[in-house]
Amino acid sequence: MTRGISWPALWLGIIGFGILYVPVTVMVIYSFNSSRLVSVWAGFSTKWYGELLENDAVLEALGKSLWVAVNAATLSTVFGVLIALAFVRLGNFRFRLLLSALASMPLVMPEVVTGLSLLLLFIAMEGLLGWPAGRGIDTIIIAHTTFGMCFAAVVVQSRLRDFDMSIEEAAADLGARQPYIFFSITLPVIAPAVIAAWLLAFTLSFDDLVIASFVSGPGSSTLPIVVFSKVRLGVTPEINALATIMILLVAASVVIASAIIYRNSAGRKAAAATGGSGHES
Amino acid sequence: MAAVRHFLTRHGRRLVVWLPLLWLVVFFALPLVEVAQTSFTEPRRGIPPFAPLWGFGEDGFFTNFNLENYGLLVEYSQDYLRPAGNSVRLAFFSTLICLLFAYPMAWWIARSSPSHRAILLVLVMLPFWTSSLLRIYALIGLLNTNGFINSMLLQLGLIEAPIRMMQTDFSIYMGMLLTYLPLMILPLYAVMIRLDDDLLDAAADLGASRVEVFRTIVLPLTVPGIIAGSLLVFIPAVGEFVIPALLGGPEQVMIGKVLWTEFFRNRDWPVASAIAMLLLAILALPIIYARYQDGRETALDRAEDAGRGGAA
Repeated sequence: MTRGISWPALWLGIIGFGILYVPVTVMVIYSFNSSRLVSVWAGFSTKWYGELLENDAVLEALGKSLWVAVNAATLSTVFGVLIALAFVRLGNFRFRLLLSALASMPLVMPEVVTGLSLLLLFIAMEGLLGWPAGRGIDTIIIAHTTFGMCFAAVVVQSRLRDFDMSIEEAAADLGARQPYIFFSITLPVIAPAVIAAWLLAFTLSFDDLVIASFVSGPGSSTLPIVVFSKVRLGVTPEINALATIMILLVAASVVIASAIIYRNSAGRKAAAATGGSGHES
Repeated sequence: MAAVRHFLTRHGRRLVVWLPLLWLVVFFALPLVEVAQTSFTEPRRGIPPFAPLWGFGEDGFFTNFNLENYGLLVEYSQDYLRPAGNSVRLAFFSTLICLLFAYPMAWWIARSSPSHRAILLVLVMLPFWTSSLLRIYALIGLLNTNGFINSMLLQLGLIEAPIRMMQTDFSIYMGMLLTYLPLMILPLYAVMIRLDDDLLDAAADLGASRVEVFRTIVLPLTVPGIIAGSLLVFIPAVGEFVIPALLGGPEQVMIGKVLWTEFFRNRDWPVASAIAMLLLAILALPIIYARYQDGRETALDRAEDAGRGGAA
């Protein structure tokens, strides 16, 4: 009996999942409502999706968001891997404490403070160095990379800790040089974490409204900025359609990715159980 | 290519540390210094809209240090300090409400069979990967005066006039739950999954009631998860902008929204910077505590790993 959960707890849990899923479900349903009035169901229609596809401002913002997110995620992942390598492999290097403070503070910094502070820096730098000239896509990428790398570092670090060092030592004994070892052995082994880190940094960048609002210039509005300015005016079927597409895309990729990971780990466990593989002997 | 490889071999170790360190110093630490400086400057018309704090003019080195902006925060405390108080109050109760729902949810997940557990975990993580702006937007469609809930209740005849749910504390708490619930569930789940079943069974065999088992075993052993989850929710909730901006009314103005308004609408960058400093002052203790807790956690994990390695 102690393993089960009691009725009140079960109800709280069900309500909890309800809070997470009911609003989005209702929104998805109403995105197919033919009426412009959100509270009246007037029949099934996909016309809002059609209108969305003709909305150039939204499509342009989507393109910018994707470009920013791809660049920021890639830079974040490279820096995140470096940070993880430093902490897991280099022992007590100089400035370890400083790097660990700097790499964890952005995780908890309020977005409004990060956004404002970066904007002030960009303006001061422009005055002193002439770079960055104005604010736009580049400054958003820099801002997103700054917090993205800290999240990426956390993800990669946990995988790197479990890494079996003896493979690298064997390669070194056989005469392989450090960079070669890293690219041909370490990187392939930690690849799942690197991919996860990239996806996380991509999502964080793609969804960011607050920081991008501060460091973007005129004409460099990303999708969340455009959506926010529309949402302020009220609920409209076009945004229902847009939100539905975005949420379903993310949901589909998360479900597929988890299914693959779950199957892989189940397969590995089965192999380990039959003595097929596994280094934890 | 050979030159690059040679360079990497010789300087690889240094690059690994210096590249990210330099980036974070320039784009994270320096900006914070910049905010601190700007909070002591005087606003003016122009680009940028504040006078330089220090520099070299015709008469040599000058400084324009003043505390005027902080004075304004106190003088107009209705507009600045009250929202700060609101933020702490709303974030505190949001954390408690998240805990109320997250605790049974995490327990449910931890007690499920492995295959159910995987599905439930994906259900918890899924919202975390989707845009919180869009989820808040979806909530507006539900809570609006002419939204889904009100029109359903009206049609069923349960109410005669729409209930006002938007722009209340209730809508803020719903938004916070929607945004931060997964962040509370995951650390709780992480400690609950490590709980020893035998311990619970032994207590039950010896006659402890469910309440006693919970109070004397489960609750004390899950305190680290409660603390970690609460910090993960409380810290961002205090600085939240989107939730008070889209779901709150005049009574739910939070400090993040005040900063935004000062910056974008009033273009008073020095006051916006002073508000940022105030926000950091409020969060300093929780952030330092979170780092201390985090450090202890990783130290414990490492000790545990070492112990396991020794036993094998």
